Amino acid sequence: MRRLPANFLLGAVLVSLVVGVAALSLIWTPHDPQTMSISTKFAPPSAEHWLGTDQLGRDVVAQLMAAARNSMTVALVAVLLGGSIGVALGLLASALGGWVEDGVMRLADLGFAFPALLFAIMLAAVFGPSLTNAVLAISFINIPIFARVTRASANQIWTRDYVAAARAAGRGRFAISRDHILPNIAAAIIVQATIEFAVAILAEAALSYLGLGAQPPASSWGRMLSEAQTLMYLAPQLAIYPGLCIVVAVLGFGLLGDGLRDITDPRLARAR
Amino acid sequence: MIELSNLSVHFGHAAALRDANLVIERGDRLGVVGESGSGKTLLALCLMGMAPDSARLTGQLSIDGQDMARAAERDWQRLRSRWVAMVFQEPMAALNPLRRVGDTVIEPMLLHDGLTRRAARDRALSLFEEVGIPDPDRRLRQFPHEMSGGQRQRVLIALALACNPMLLIADEPTTALDANVALRITDLLQRLAREREMALVFISHDLAAVARATEDIVVMYAGDMVERGRTAAVLGAPVHPYTKGLLGARPDVGVAGRNADGKRRRLPTIPGSVPPLQGLPEGCRFAGRCPVELPQCATQRPAFTQTEVARGAACHLLTEARHD
Repeated sequence: MRRLPANFLLGAVLVSLVVGVAALSLIWTPHDPQTMSISTKFAPPSAEHWLGTDQLGRDVVAQLMAAARNSMTVALVAVLLGGSIGVALGLLASALGGWVEDGVMRLADLGFAFPALLFAIMLAAVFGPSLTNAVLAISFINIPIFARVTRASANQIWTRDYVAAARAAGRGRFAISRDHILPNIAAAIIVQATIEFAVAILAEAALSYLGLGAQPPASSWGRMLSEAQTLMYLAPQLAIYPGLCIVVAVLGFGLLGDGLRDITDPRLARAR
Repeated sequence: MIELSNLSVHFGHAAALRDANLVIERGDRLGVVGESGSGKTLLALCLMGMAPDSARLTGQLSIDGQDMARAAERDWQRLRSRWVAMVFQEPMAALNPLRRVGDTVIEPMLLHDGLTRRAARDRALSLFEEVGIPDPDRRLRQFPHEMSGGQRQRVLIALALACNPMLLIADEPTTALDANVALRITDLLQRLAREREMALVFISHDLAAVARATEDIVVMYAGDMVERGRTAAVLGAPVHPYTKGLLGARPDVGVAGRNADGKRRRLPTIPGSVPPLQGLPEGCRFAGRCPVELPQCATQRPAFTQTEVARGAACHLLTEARHD
């Protein structure tokens, strides 16, 4: 068995940690993350509150766990939604070529030119800030990314002899895209999805920090950060905990994506 | 059944295939030979309706009475596999590495003949037997990487035969295989064509394989069909200097490869290489490489001259000889 790259292993450990905690929060948190208790606000770490409590006496660990769950859900939905649309567009562009391909790619350029945060602010301005709108905004920025990666990989596969053989057998472009192209570019798409997962976590945190994502009382790392900001001199730990969580989650998915790429694309690994 | 008349293929202003005339009837076995770049593969792709998008086809290409030279992809899809099917050059690359070979082979049956998976599997089994794959039941479930080159080529032949095509095109089917396996694949194709009364277009550099598998032959050079006739007649008594050159450039092993004094003979070659599409000579496209050039060769394109029934060549030497 070939040794797995270090970035893959470290990424896998960090990701398991975050996903594990998020999953655990579904069935158990040390306290209810939303229960306030003014008498025990700013409590130091103790057996009762492992990382202490915040300015409203809510348990920090419970909040971090609930936030992890929200963050994972947002990232998952956004990557799946934006990814599927992007992959479908990329496959379509690659299968049809010509003006369809040009059109899709110019639209993708347009999407790239649009700053994600600006788009989220626009959505928030029109429909009001909510987690759903944040998810839509993050999905939207994923579409062009996936469309490009898919088209580039698919164009390579279209030149393969087995695709010519499938055409010679009388199969249509869409059937070939589904049965021959997609399975052979799945690795590249999965790698991209893992990396975009990290980006989505960061984007959700940023939007929530700006008040455009998770709304109170829902927990979110970004919102915890923004609430802790005003208390920086009083209780700096309240900003440090969610910050660390974001670092661990983003780093984990980023490393995992890089590691997967090293594994699935040996040409790149050797070039390093 | 399939007829090309004055079929030309242009890329921009350059003609990569020029005035191809060809009639293929049921049961015909036709060899197409020529160097790389002579237009053999392009001819095959035209017959499949798979010429590159940038290619412009002129002239006629009729299959079963319909002119397909400018037909849409959708119309071609109906003909492929049932009328025309193709075996590719590289058995290593022509099978999807992520699909079981059985699934690949039954694809066209499900698509064109509307078979159920079970019926398609049964047909695939008997096809595997027909093309000489031992233990077909197990092989159907294997992935390409579990098979040797020769086995994969047999799978590809089975795939091409899936819907009983009228014409099977084999584009250099033996180039990637070792000599022994190549011989057996050649014999298999020949046998299948005879038994099924299917037409076979056998494209190859390998003159020995073409001699073995085919009855008629077309020699191509730089997009022109320069000589044609019965395979035995053309290879036995070539007329066109290019055909002579091709035949002369075969390596001989053993005694034939040595001179009278026992020294090894240098392998004769045709000097130069096929001119690029942009720099094709104005007259005969073989001018410049031809050992016997006449003054008109550089300026006038030689017409195809028929010397006997179904036999002829495009060379000024032929018309010159008549004048004498």
